[in-house]
Amino acid sequence: MIVGLRAAPFAPWSLLAEAEQALSPADRDGCGASSVFVGTMRADSGPAQVLRMHLEHYPGMTERMLARMADAACSRWPLRQVVLVHRVGWVAPGETLVVAAAWSAHRAGAFAACRYLVETVKHQAPFWKRECRADGTTSWVTANTPAPAE
Amino acid sequence: MITVRFFASLRERMGQEMRLLPAGPCTVREAWDLATDQAQPPTHLLAAVNLEYADFDAPVADGDEVAFFPPVTGGAA
Repeated sequence: MIVGLRAAPFAPWSLLAEAEQALSPADRDGCGASSVFVGTMRADSGPAQVLRMHLEHYPGMTERMLARMADAACSRWPLRQVVLVHRVGWVAPGETLVVAAAWSAHRAGAFAACRYLVETVKHQAPFWKRECRADGTTSWVTANTPAPAE
Repeated sequence: MITVRFFASLRERMGQEMRLLPAGPCTVREAWDLATDQAQPPTHLLAAVNLEYADFDAPVADGDEVAFFPPVTGGAA
């Protein structure tokens, strides 16, 4: 399990390779499916281009919630490996914001667990975004997509 | 002593990041009133006690950390 925060840019696919390499031979043979979500910062989320964004979190609570979400996913689906890593601090367009991934014997569990991780992070983990735009304005992001029905 | 923390837009709105309350047992709502001089709470205000989400009627004891913050906007679409 690889769960936590990153304060600097990171390569999502290297992280995923690291997670896969950490599987035991038995787990690797037993994994028929892996599902991956990589969320990336966009520059076009408003009227003026976003130059950079600050991702604030609640030290202690955010890490605890990420760990709990990963544990909950493992309790709910038969997973062999989980990745849940979120960026904090200053982020530029094109940089990875979040990586969620689940390895399981079958695709149903892998898909469902990955979706669960992404949605619970987005709607429950204490993160707040502040965007700095090309026109000199800054604003807190207040919009969030609706939480999916369970 | 109770530690009250404010995050994100709420920190800017309240003009403070942290406040120490020399208070005994109370509720989250009472901690808000004491820390903000009874400011009107914004709609959709969230609270946590000792790093766990909490209701406004939840108890707060000496030594606890209470946090107030706006709705979260993490992840990516």
